[in-house]
Amino acid sequence: MSNALGGVSFLGWTWSDLLFLVLAALMLGAALTVVLGRDIIRSGLAMIVTFAALAGVYVLLEAPLVAAAQVLVYIGAISVLVLFAIMLTQTKVGPVRLVFHHQAWAGAVAAVVLAAVLSAVVLSTHWPNTVSQQIHTATDALARMLFDDYVLPLEVVSVMLLAAVIGGVFLARREEPQEGER
Amino acid sequence: MSHSLDSYLVLSTLLFCIGMFGFLARRNAIAMLMSIELMLNGVNLAIVAFGAFSPRLAVHASVIALMVIAVAAAEATVGLAIVIAIFRNRRTPLVDEYDTMRD
Repeated sequence: MSNALGGVSFLGWTWSDLLFLVLAALMLGAALTVVLGRDIIRSGLAMIVTFAALAGVYVLLEAPLVAAAQVLVYIGAISVLVLFAIMLTQTKVGPVRLVFHHQAWAGAVAAVVLAAVLSAVVLSTHWPNTVSQQIHTATDALARMLFDDYVLPLEVVSVMLLAAVIGGVFLARREEPQEGER
Repeated sequence: MSHSLDSYLVLSTLLFCIGMFGFLARRNAIAMLMSIELMLNGVNLAIVAFGAFSPRLAVHASVIALMVIAVAAAEATVGLAIVIAIFRNRRTPLVDEYDTMRD
């Protein structure tokens, strides 16, 4: 998609650059709302916006199946799960006054330092064997790879998902009093 | 800008660090889990970006990203179930009030 749009320019910017900037700003703004927001339900809704913008970035990166999985799994499943959990754990008093720990400043310093260090490393590294244009990931090649080279990890992931489902049901189940204990 | 690996990697770095700050600073256990999801998304973005710009990693990166998404789904299921189970016992989602073992 960005290849088709890449050549056309708008006010001196190419459309793919504009899309990238808009999606990046949307994603980082929504992520900051998730982290800094006082109302946890708003944080959950902003998380959906973050995931949607990230799906758009995956489309820009020419990885359509990952974008589709992002929409299905994150927006469709994990967000609903998180919103359910938020509503199950809402206390009557409403949003708490103190959203952060008292030592939150140390976390902020650590995050800013890590961001600065990683950005410096990324910008100062010359990546070998890279090209200057996104490579399209064909879905049939991906499927062949998934069920050929990666078939063992795929099976392990499926067993792990089954274990997670059973474990989740077991943990969240309400304890029923035994017959004799009552 | 959208055709360089660096901009995507910086974007993923920023997303990861925002998630890290949330995990370290928030008091609500569910907000901490949401921050973990942000961090996983940042790492996933880095993986897909490397795949999109390196011919040798092209298809592998998408497969690995799909695996990470599956693992994140499993982690969210179990994590939220644990938070709900703790909430049922302690009546609060705030992690700094889970201090039974301190006494």
